Amino acid sequence: MKVETKCKIVQKVWLNQDTVYMVLEAGSIVRDTCKAPGQFVHIKCGEGSFLRRPISVCACMEGEPEDTVAIVFERRGTGTDWLAQRACGEYLDVLGFLGNGFTMKPEGRYLLVGGGIGVPPMRGCAQYTMGRSTAILGFRTAQRAILLDCFRQECAQVLVATDDGTMGHHGFVDALVRQVLEKDRDFTAVLACGPKPMLRSVWNVAKEFGVPCQVSMEERMACGVGACLGCATPMADGTMKHVCKDGPIFPAEEVDWNA
Amino acid sequence: MPEYNRTWLPKAEQFAGRCPAERPETDEPWTPAQPIDGLDMSVTLAGMTMKNPVVVASGTFGFGREYGQLYDISRLGGICVKGLTPQRREGNPAPRIAETPMGMLNSVGLQNPGVDAFIAHELPRLRDIDIRIIANISGNTPEEYGVMCEKLSAAGVDMIEVNISCPNVKAGGLAYGTRPELAAEVTEEAKRHSTVPVMVKLSPNVTDITEIARAVEGAGADAISLINTIRGMRIDLKTRRPILKMNTGGLSGPAVFPVAVRMVWEVANAVKVPVLGMGGVSNGRDAAEMMLAGATAVSVGAACFADPYAPVKTVDELAQIAAEQGLCQVSQLTGAVRPW
Repeated sequence: MKVETKCKIVQKVWLNQDTVYMVLEAGSIVRDTCKAPGQFVHIKCGEGSFLRRPISVCACMEGEPEDTVAIVFERRGTGTDWLAQRACGEYLDVLGFLGNGFTMKPEGRYLLVGGGIGVPPMRGCAQYTMGRSTAILGFRTAQRAILLDCFRQECAQVLVATDDGTMGHHGFVDALVRQVLEKDRDFTAVLACGPKPMLRSVWNVAKEFGVPCQVSMEERMACGVGACLGCATPMADGTMKHVCKDGPIFPAEEVDWNA
Repeated sequence: MPEYNRTWLPKAEQFAGRCPAERPETDEPWTPAQPIDGLDMSVTLAGMTMKNPVVVASGTFGFGREYGQLYDISRLGGICVKGLTPQRREGNPAPRIAETPMGMLNSVGLQNPGVDAFIAHELPRLRDIDIRIIANISGNTPEEYGVMCEKLSAAGVDMIEVNISCPNVKAGGLAYGTRPELAAEVTEEAKRHSTVPVMVKLSPNVTDITEIARAVEGAGADAISLINTIRGMRIDLKTRRPILKMNTGGLSGPAVFPVAVRMVWEVANAVKVPVLGMGGVSNGRDAAEMMLAGATAVSVGAACFADPYAPVKTVDELAQIAAEQGLCQVSQLTGAVRPW
C-alpha cells in the first residue's frame, strides 16, 4: 500500500553547509509502508518545482503520538533549496515509503558502505542490525563528514575515508572494504549507497572476496511509483529496471556496470 | 517490517521569528466527493460513453497498477494505457527525465512489454474495473498499426488511440504525425483492422495542426486526441551535457497548457469528429477550460507525478465547476468558448 500525507517537520539540523537533517512526524506512513531500510520518500518541494524530490529514509523512530522519520538531504538545486528553507512546524507533502529497501536478515552481520550523501540511507541498516554491522563511510573532506556519532553508536566498527585525507583513510572507500574483507569475510552481505563509480568498485571488491553485494541506485525520477518509466537503469541481462519500483536496491550482479 | 530502536537524535535547531504553518485540515490527500444531484457527468466520445470526461494520459499512468494502490481508479472516465508496440521495447537510456519550469521533459522512448503481453497480463485485470480502456499504439509501418488494431479489437479494448506523435523514437512515431499523407495512411490502415473506435493522437510539433487533423478525419478517424509533448531540451551548465541522454525530449506539464488549449480550439473548429484534449491539465479548472476550447473529454497526464490524486481531484472539481455554472450536463462545456 502506498500513502501520501502531510508530515510536520519536528526537528531540523544543519549537518554542514549544504546538508540538512530533518525529522518528520510520519502519521501512519511507517506502519503502513515501511518494508526495509533503504526505501525513500517522495516530497513535494513547493509550487516552484513541478516534480517531487526522492529522498532516502535515514531512520524511522517509533513514537507518540506519531512515528517519526528522519531524512537527510543536500542542497543541490531549486527543490532541495526550498526544502532546506522549511522550518520546524511546517508541513511537507510526502509520498512514501517507496521502493524496495535492502534485503536483510535481522540476525545478519553486514558491511555497510556509504559515500557522501549515500551515507544517511545506510543508517537504517545499522539500526536494523544494532551493534553488529561494520560501517565504512566516505566523504570528500573531513568537514563534509556527517552522522559519524550515530554510526559509532549503532555499529561494531566505523571506518572513515576522505578523498583529501583530512580524516581517516586517505582515498576511496573500496580500499577500506578490501582491508576489512582481507581480515574477515564473514559478512552476510556488503550493502552500499553512493555514486555509481563507488558502487562499482565496492562491488568489484565484494565479488573478489565472494561476499554478496546489494547497491542503492540513483536516477532522475518523476512519478516515484513505477508509472512513468522515467528512472530506468540498465541491467546486465539487457533489460531496463526502474529505480523507484524495482529498486532503489539491486543485487550488484544484476546491474549493468558498463552502461 | 523491521523493528527500529529509538536512537540518538541531534538537537533541533531553533528558528526565531518564523511562525509554524497551520496544521492542514485533514491528513487525507483526497476525500471522494458525493455525486451532485441533477448533474450528468457522462460524455460520449466517438460512440464510447464514459461516466465522466476525465481520462488519464498514455505514459503517465502505466497500466493502472501503481496509482490503483492509492485510490479506486474506476472513479475515472477512462485510462489510456502506456504506449504499446508490436514487440517488447526497453526504451531509451537514462537520464530520461528533466525538470523544467512548471513541467518536465521525458525521453522514455515507448518502453513497454509489447501488445501481446499487455493483452495476456494487463487487459484481463483492467477489464474487471469499471473504466473505459483506451489502448495507445505505435508502429514502425502502417502494417504494424493494423496488426495491433486487429489484436486489440479482438481482445476487447474500448477504443484505440493511434500514436503518430511520439518525439522519442527514431522510426515511425513523429514522422507519421508531421506529414498529412502519412498520417492519413496510418489512420486508414488502423480503421481497416479495427472493430472499435479509432482515435488519432496528434503532435504539436507542426506548423499547422489543423492540416493533419483534417487529413486523419478524412481517412476515417473517429476521434482526435491532442497534444502529445512538445520537443524540448535542457543543458547542464557545469558539464555542458544535455540532461537527457537522448539530448532532446518531450515537454509536458502545466507549462504546455496554453499551447494545448490553443491547438484543441483550432482542431475542434477544423473537424467534425470529437476531440480528447490534453496537455498540462492539472485540475478541474484546466479541464473545464480545455472543454470550453472544444474538447469532448480531457486527459490528465504529467500532473499525476506532482500529485498522484490529480485525476480524481479533477473529476470532483470539474463537477463542482459545472454545478456552480448551473449546468445539468458537463458536456454543455464542450466548445462553449465565446471567442472575440
